[in-house]
Amino acid sequence: MVATALQGIDPQRVVYDEVLAARRPWSHVVEQGQILRIVDLGGNQAVDFLVYNAADYSERYSAPDTIRLQGNIFLTTGSRLYSNDGGVLMTIVGDSVGRHDTSGGACSCESNSVRFGLDKKYQHACVENFLAALSRYGMGKRDLVSNINFFMNVPVSRDGTLEIVDGISEPGSTVDLRAEMNALVVISNCPQMNNPCNGYNPTPIRLVIWAPPAPAARR
Amino acid sequence: MVVTADDGLDPGLITWEETVPGGAYWSRKIKRGTTLRIVDLEGGQGVSLLCYNADNPIERYNAADTVKIQFGIFLGIGKVLYSDMGRVLFSITGETTGGAFDTLGGASNPASSTQKYGEGDWRDTRSNLINALAKHDLGKRDIVPNLNLFARVAVEEDGGLTFQERAKAGGYIDLRAEMNVLVVISNTPHVLHPSPTYRPTPVRVVVWNSPPPAPGDPCRTGCPEAVRGFENTDALFV
Repeated sequence: MVATALQGIDPQRVVYDEVLAARRPWSHVVEQGQILRIVDLGGNQAVDFLVYNAADYSERYSAPDTIRLQGNIFLTTGSRLYSNDGGVLMTIVGDSVGRHDTSGGACSCESNSVRFGLDKKYQHACVENFLAALSRYGMGKRDLVSNINFFMNVPVSRDGTLEIVDGISEPGSTVDLRAEMNALVVISNCPQMNNPCNGYNPTPIRLVIWAPPAPAARR
Repeated sequence: MVVTADDGLDPGLITWEETVPGGAYWSRKIKRGTTLRIVDLEGGQGVSLLCYNADNPIERYNAADTVKIQFGIFLGIGKVLYSDMGRVLFSITGETTGGAFDTLGGASNPASSTQKYGEGDWRDTRSNLINALAKHDLGKRDIVPNLNLFARVAVEEDGGLTFQERAKAGGYIDLRAEMNVLVVISNTPHVLHPSPTYRPTPVRVVVWNSPPPAPGDPCRTGCPEAVRGFENTDALFV
């Protein structure tokens, strides 16, 4: 079931609503309590995602801790995004897809050269987007860790086989993330054209941030 | 009982040997063309490993690329450890554990140790890595998802994790350095090891002058990706 992009959101509470073009980087601080919705407008688009404590960038998303503490390699509603310091950066509070990847990492010029051919190293890649975004916060390559790939389908079998296969998201698929602290979110709207992660055709996404209503006052 | 750490090795080839006690960390620069053997002397609870380009540590092990490029989370003989720059840090040229490598589980930390073992002065992986890296002018920002040796973590159909005990006394792994590699290990129990008893045991590290790769070396020629990865790597040394 695919939701419409703003389903369930009070328009009065929207503080940010933009479309991010295919292949582009994005960054924004989502304040504690606010919810970020990522909308896969065209379907089957990988959204590479990193998150940092906005008050201390040395605290950042940890894929292994997240996998270990929830006992599962896939992310979906209820998954907490743990930091390297044991904190919870964000929680997935809504998901119309069912599972998202955090094992496959981000494409880079260099890994593209190994995976797809040495001539592919001049293509645009997620690491390039991440570096461009991180540089605005004084961060760089040392601050890159394994990321989340929203809407990307990376099954792992019991014999250990891992592969990137056709996506399971449709046009309009959404994932909602509540910030549990002031969270610097960095996104690369993946430019990969050589495997099925984007259906060989990168497409735009929509990013909506809203503030939920304050708890009802006590009578 | 001491298990021979240099099983099958010509003593004349060994350039460094050391026993790392349970709970300790260890680091060293391993030159291109030499091989690091890590021997699980008593069959302990795991060893965690990170590695970097010793000549430029901004280049480091990349777990995601390592599993993605080789289409699998289990490593073994013939597989390699990729850096985040499309190059090869280490080739796995020998091992006796039946593929006891974990690429997903990550590192123990003070909280995970307290949860598993109760209050106590446990040495954990993350704290060890931070101290070890500090001595090379690296630190918290340089910690990426690590590799775990002598442990295996399988993924079930629903994405759940299963720890598979694989440690055995005398098991070893040979890692051939394909560039000059700074390697850091924490000899601490795997974070998912089911034992509630903290029992890290010593490992032996042996560095030896391994023969140059043969023309058909399986790590270098096993698949087109490997060929390209080594083309990138060898370019550092021309």
